[in-house]
Amino acid sequence: MKLDDVVKEISLDLKTCNSCLNNQVTGAYVSDLLSDVMANSKDGNIWITLQMHMNIVAVAGLNNLAGIVVVGGRQPDQEILKKAETEKVAIMTTPLTTFEIAGRLYQMLN
Amino acid sequence: MTLNLNDTVEGSFQLIGGNFVNAGEASTQLKVKLLELGVKEEIVRRVTIATFEAEMNVIIYAAAGSVHYYIKPDHIRIKIEDMGPGIEDIKLAMQEGYSTAPDWVREMGWGAGMGLPNMKKNSNKFNIDTVVGEGTTIEMVINFG
Repeated sequence: MKLDDVVKEISLDLKTCNSCLNNQVTGAYVSDLLSDVMANSKDGNIWITLQMHMNIVAVAGLNNLAGIVVVGGRQPDQEILKKAETEKVAIMTTPLTTFEIAGRLYQMLN
Repeated sequence: MTLNLNDTVEGSFQLIGGNFVNAGEASTQLKVKLLELGVKEEIVRRVTIATFEAEMNVIIYAAAGSVHYYIKPDHIRIKIEDMGPGIEDIKLAMQEGYSTAPDWVREMGWGAGMGLPNMKKNSNKFNIDTVVGEGTTIEMVINFG
């Protein structure tokens, strides 16, 4: 499945990296601990989190994640979006909670 | 897997404590370098995770530090030195879940006590040398084969 399908199906608001819509999605990982994401996420995973500071871009980029979904209507700063755009990391936002978004994704991907 | 190299490929990065904005840049550049050289993605991932964790430790705890890397045909050695507080109890620090990070760092999702274990897990050789009040040096070797 492509990131584009996920964005459309769950109505995510894509903030950065339009070209990332072609990323293959292999699954998802839910965590707000960055070292946990580095240790346990897999290539092509969508990362669901409420973190929205600068370091999420590096974590997603270094781990070849398909994109980051920032939950609960939280909006990352322009500076972070700019970095994500440069590093080709897709940041998406949603008003849904972690539980809701994970449930929707789980249904889609399984 | 062996790389076709005549000489050691070396490089280094300087790290500044507290500079969270540029965190990950050393690891990102190293990642690009290794992919260019043809190192397998799975190995590159281990190198970048280990290096990024080490980079974050310098940024979180130390005043300054550096990353040096040495790429040989069959492995990479990464050396991270810092001028930081040092680690009082290495055995404790190596335990998953143990951290001395302040609250504001934990709120960012760092300081989960997974950094050193993640470095060790992703390395074939891992060595830590620390002097309280002076600093810490970490050396990691990751084999390509």
